[in-house]
Amino acid sequence: MAKAEERSYDPASQKMINKAQDENIDIVWDRYDAMQPQCGFGELGICCKICNMGPCRIDPFGEGPQTGICGASVDTIVARNFVRMIASGAAAHSDHGRDIAHALILAASGQAHDYHLKGTQKLKKTAQVYGIDIAGKDTQSIGQELGDKCLSEFGQQHGELKYTSLAPAKRQAIWRKFSMMPRGIDREIVEIMHRTHIGVDNDYKNVINHGLRAALGDGWGGSMIATELSDILFGAPEPIRATVNLGVLKENQVNIVVHGHEPTLSDVVADAAKDKELLDLAKKYGAEGINLVGMCCTANELLMRHGFPSAGNFLQQELAILTGSVELMMVDVQCIMPALSSVANCFHTKLVTTSPKCKFPGVEHIEFKEEKAFQIAKQIIRLGVENYKNRVKERVDIPPEIKGLVAGFTTENAFRILGGKYRFTLRPLNDAIISGRLRGAAGVVGCNNPNIKHDWAHVAMVKELLKNDVLVVQTGCSAIACAKEGLLTPESALEYAGEGLREICEAVGIPPVLHVGSCVDNSRILLILASVVAEGGLGEDISDLPAAGAAPEWMSEKAVSIGSYFVGSGVYTVFGTPLPVLGSKKVTDYLTGELENIVGGKFAFEQDPVKAARMMIAHIDKKRQALKLAPLMYARAPEAATKA
Amino acid sequence: MSKIVAASAIRGAKILVKEAEDFLHKAIKEKGETQTVAFPETAFYLPLAYALLGLEVKTLKDMILVLSEAKSLLHNEPSESLWLPYLGDALDSGVAALFAEEMIVALRYLYNQEPQSDCIGFYTDTWMRNFGIQLVDGRMPGFAAILGAAPDNKTAVEIVREFQKRNIMSFVGSNTKGKSIIDQLLEENVEMGWETYIVPFGRDTITGIYPLNWAIRSALTFGGLKKGQARQCLEYCKNRVFAFGLTLGELDDIKYATGAGAINMGFPIIADTDIPEIRPTGICTYEHLIKELDYKKVVSTCLETRGVKVKMSEIPIPVSYSAAFEGERVRREQMYCQFGGKYSEAFEWVTSKKLDEVEDAKIEVIGPEVDDCKEGAAMPLGILVEVAGRKMQKDFEPILERQVHTFLNEAMGIFHMGQRNMCWMRISKDAKNKGFKIKHFGVILHARLHDTFGAIIDKVQVTIYTKKEDVEKVILEAKKAYQERDERMAGMTDESVDTFYSCTLCQSFAPNHLCIVKPERLGLCGAYTWLDAKASFELNPSGPNQPVKKGECLDPKRGEWQGINDFVYQKSNKTLERFHGYSIVTFPETSCGCFECIIAILPEANGFMVVNREYAGMTPCGMSFSTLAGSVGGGAQTPGFMGVGRLYLVSKKFISAEGGLKRVVWMPKELKETLGEKLKKRCEEEGDPDLINKIADETQATTSEELLAHLEKVGHPALSLEALL
Repeated sequence: MAKAEERSYDPASQKMINKAQDENIDIVWDRYDAMQPQCGFGELGICCKICNMGPCRIDPFGEGPQTGICGASVDTIVARNFVRMIASGAAAHSDHGRDIAHALILAASGQAHDYHLKGTQKLKKTAQVYGIDIAGKDTQSIGQELGDKCLSEFGQQHGELKYTSLAPAKRQAIWRKFSMMPRGIDREIVEIMHRTHIGVDNDYKNVINHGLRAALGDGWGGSMIATELSDILFGAPEPIRATVNLGVLKENQVNIVVHGHEPTLSDVVADAAKDKELLDLAKKYGAEGINLVGMCCTANELLMRHGFPSAGNFLQQELAILTGSVELMMVDVQCIMPALSSVANCFHTKLVTTSPKCKFPGVEHIEFKEEKAFQIAKQIIRLGVENYKNRVKERVDIPPEIKGLVAGFTTENAFRILGGKYRFTLRPLNDAIISGRLRGAAGVVGCNNPNIKHDWAHVAMVKELLKNDVLVVQTGCSAIACAKEGLLTPESALEYAGEGLREICEAVGIPPVLHVGSCVDNSRILLILASVVAEGGLGEDISDLPAAGAAPEWMSEKAVSIGSYFVGSGVYTVFGTPLPVLGSKKVTDYLTGELENIVGGKFAFEQDPVKAARMMIAHIDKKRQALKLAPLMYARAPEAATKA
Repeated sequence: MSKIVAASAIRGAKILVKEAEDFLHKAIKEKGETQTVAFPETAFYLPLAYALLGLEVKTLKDMILVLSEAKSLLHNEPSESLWLPYLGDALDSGVAALFAEEMIVALRYLYNQEPQSDCIGFYTDTWMRNFGIQLVDGRMPGFAAILGAAPDNKTAVEIVREFQKRNIMSFVGSNTKGKSIIDQLLEENVEMGWETYIVPFGRDTITGIYPLNWAIRSALTFGGLKKGQARQCLEYCKNRVFAFGLTLGELDDIKYATGAGAINMGFPIIADTDIPEIRPTGICTYEHLIKELDYKKVVSTCLETRGVKVKMSEIPIPVSYSAAFEGERVRREQMYCQFGGKYSEAFEWVTSKKLDEVEDAKIEVIGPEVDDCKEGAAMPLGILVEVAGRKMQKDFEPILERQVHTFLNEAMGIFHMGQRNMCWMRISKDAKNKGFKIKHFGVILHARLHDTFGAIIDKVQVTIYTKKEDVEKVILEAKKAYQERDERMAGMTDESVDTFYSCTLCQSFAPNHLCIVKPERLGLCGAYTWLDAKASFELNPSGPNQPVKKGECLDPKRGEWQGINDFVYQKSNKTLERFHGYSIVTFPETSCGCFECIIAILPEANGFMVVNREYAGMTPCGMSFSTLAGSVGGGAQTPGFMGVGRLYLVSKKFISAEGGLKRVVWMPKELKETLGEKLKKRCEEEGDPDLINKIADETQATTSEELLAHLEKVGHPALSLEALL
């Protein structure tokens, strides 16, 4: 059995992995080991079970069958499997967006009293994007109208999603030219399912191009609606301090972990945790207070807007329970391991599901309703508080690891951070790239995956990028990984950043790694890229920018959708472990090669995070050259970069 | 690192805002909320608050709004560790500091604490406009605000002299540990004032707001921007006003806060001490905060950091040479000798010759030199400049000749006034002692004519006569030439030509403004006649003066032509559709900000008043020139108000659509006197020789009531003309 040090890069996690081993509790790594060797057909994407003539599988060695029973080639099968992953990922994000739009309408129409439209500035801005005449209207009615318009885009059949109008004109033209402009959010997802049904679309390029269309409907549609409407409903984030890692759990307090993705419930829980009645109750049970912490992207939502601590990322969800200090873990949707219920059963921890979309057998379900948000939040917290008495002191092991970080960066506040109220601008950022202080920018995002040492790939990749004067933006579990390493502190610029990047960080007072939110907030990165193009001097399209993306520890289908909308937006995107497409040479070549000639972005696969970073750097250098930008101001001796 | 600077600026802003708040509360307590508050001679109230917030601060109560905005811009200092971004906060603090400083100095005016001794104090609108033209034509490439004190007087003088040499205006003030550069310069007898390009603002950093709220007004006056267009105004300053700050000696929180405010305007700060630099660019055009410890390099570092372009041709004369010396006077007691004026006969004449008749760089003085002259005496002088060039034309002669005034004046210790055979020159004792000779007039003219008009002239030869008999002989030829020129222009009418000329020289400042220069209506700055514009076009075919075909005449009375309208629409960036060349009421021509005079409607008198730039007093319309100028400039059409050149007043086309000169009911005495004979002649032509006396001046009326009484008394014709409105 592998040692904890080989499983996670994070010392806090290592301690809990050891504890699980000591106590004979199966956690994700144990199940991963048990699964070895994993199915090669699945890895290559060459198994098809779309119809009942199958399952079919293609022989990767060329000896056995080379087509399915229906005659589908390996290219068709691989492409269909790939875009079905996009469909699922896009559906997840977009459903999240739908829920937020729904909540906005409820809040604006006065049906959900516990919510107030806090981001009024953004409301007006977004209303403009949606062509809403705001003259003479109050916040509530604008909010309601906007919510309706956004909701209607899910079922929209014709036309273009409104947010795509924020992309550079050249990018929009590319989407129109190649039929990639998303018409409606749900429509493109449904069409994936149709096209990949038995006997429909057999041209792998046609299949993949439509996959990108659905993914763009996620990035510039569902996800963007989720992000932007969350900012309107819960307030736009501003730079804020917080803490991260399992050390945020408190020895003498009721620890409530909020895990999942949607901020609708957690935002109210944040208020409810300050409720006097509950605090008094906690005292009654001998706790000093109620400690609300986040996990996964719910953590990111709470952290971005309220500075609540994050207990960790995806692979730490079981580990938090293993500390023996969690009274209650409430979950909503996405990335909630089914294993939680069994791990929770080994401790006093109470698991509560809240979404009608996500239930566990035998786990208490308290369904969340926006109309009674605060009341339900209190009800759940009360359960946790009451559970404090069941905590077994002897089994409590909270690792001491805890790190500070600065989060809360958004497209909008970047302008103020760089230029103040009166000169709000991205100019210093563009200038920094143009003058060669910054080599470029990279988005490092995505999940954790036990197939690669937990957090290590994120941290190693980001450090390599920083050293080479690449400004990094992050979301999701990747951001939490680097936060635990201290990379999200402004001080880290002095330690890890190249000289040019350090000058910029020092001038502005920012960390070299900017946390922009949860995984739906990858849409923020799209808007930042569009704004950088609009600021001028770096080409006319996102694909002209010296920028690249990566998901070094990806695992979810959402990551596939995110990667696809970045590629479809013109970004060179490196995945750690390959997409399950290697079974088709043509599909692989298309995704990692030819696609660049069409959309300006493409995929690359590289498991070694440092090598992957160098591929990104090589791509950035290629773009700098094409823009005829100045040489780097403080060039480092070049390291062997793999050709992008 | 920058954090130290940001922290200091944030602290400084808090101190300043607190001081403004306390001062304001004290003033309200002592004088009441309704107490008016104003800077002298400005139409822009508190200019920064006006430009950035759109507020017209007239009373102490109005100031409360500015104060609350300033307070909202204050932030916490960055923490020791895990700090939040501070650049935006520091920039906000800078703006807060500027608002606070502006309030403080305005309150000081209320308490008669400003201007400080030997200081200019608030820079009036007049000075802003006066230098507008110099900004436009690049004669003044930039502005330095020098704060603090140099390590010694000698260094202080050297620095301002270096700027002066490059025609860069130095605003000097503030102090370092109680010592101000103002006193350093005073101790060294450096002449300070607008004319010498060394302008003392005050001995504390707070008064550093004067150059800044002077600069922001350029955005409103020349940029055509409106109050409240904060970002545009700030970016206008960044893109158009080449100012920078130079701090001498240690910096304190107040200086950092003020500097952060200046950076918002795109003005970088250069320090002579070992400060943390902010090199990344983006708010300013280049670096934001730079140190330069070597005084020999400090001036060039300033220019480099701000991107100031200085064009300076080295002229081999023993005195300094730059536009900064143009306004310098040589007083009698400083004078070594003089030429012309009332004291002797003198002339200057530029004439063109064939290429083989001119020997380039031949400079000859026929007669005695300076050394032969007794101190304090006057000598006759005739300057004959003969030029030749393949592209030279007879029409260009007056343009070249008119530059003699500027060219000679720009030498340190040389004074020149007037033109033609009405010129007057002086050489100072200092210049003479440094070795300046009469021959050097020729050296200057040769160098500058080549430098300025290199495109059309290939050879310049200068002959200077200093013997009475020679001067008397050559002056006859010169006078003949002057007369010929006058006749050419005098005989010209708008109807006699089919082409007018545009002038878009000022579009770099007022992007939507243009002049249409006609034979009978010169440019509003008074510097360009139709012939000048024509010559200028030929000198520089892609330049600001373009021929415009009149096209079909749509309205002869009001002066409207299709060709002009089409051109105006294009060149005004599609903001103006029609121009009426002879009307002030319908589609009047626009103004940049450089106008010599303003015409303004007086409905009660059924006529117009005219006020010239030099007149600082009150006028019957209830506004001073500078207040009026605010509503006239910026390239917008304002019926009833118009900026014009002086000579347009004596044109037959002067607002002829409204009845012309007979509509003029008031003008300052000085203007009337300078127009003199010409005005008298025009009154006669209008059939009312006594009209000149019927037009009131400030000795007769400065209010509407006084004016009406006067008009009734003298029977001014305007009263019986058709109603204007």
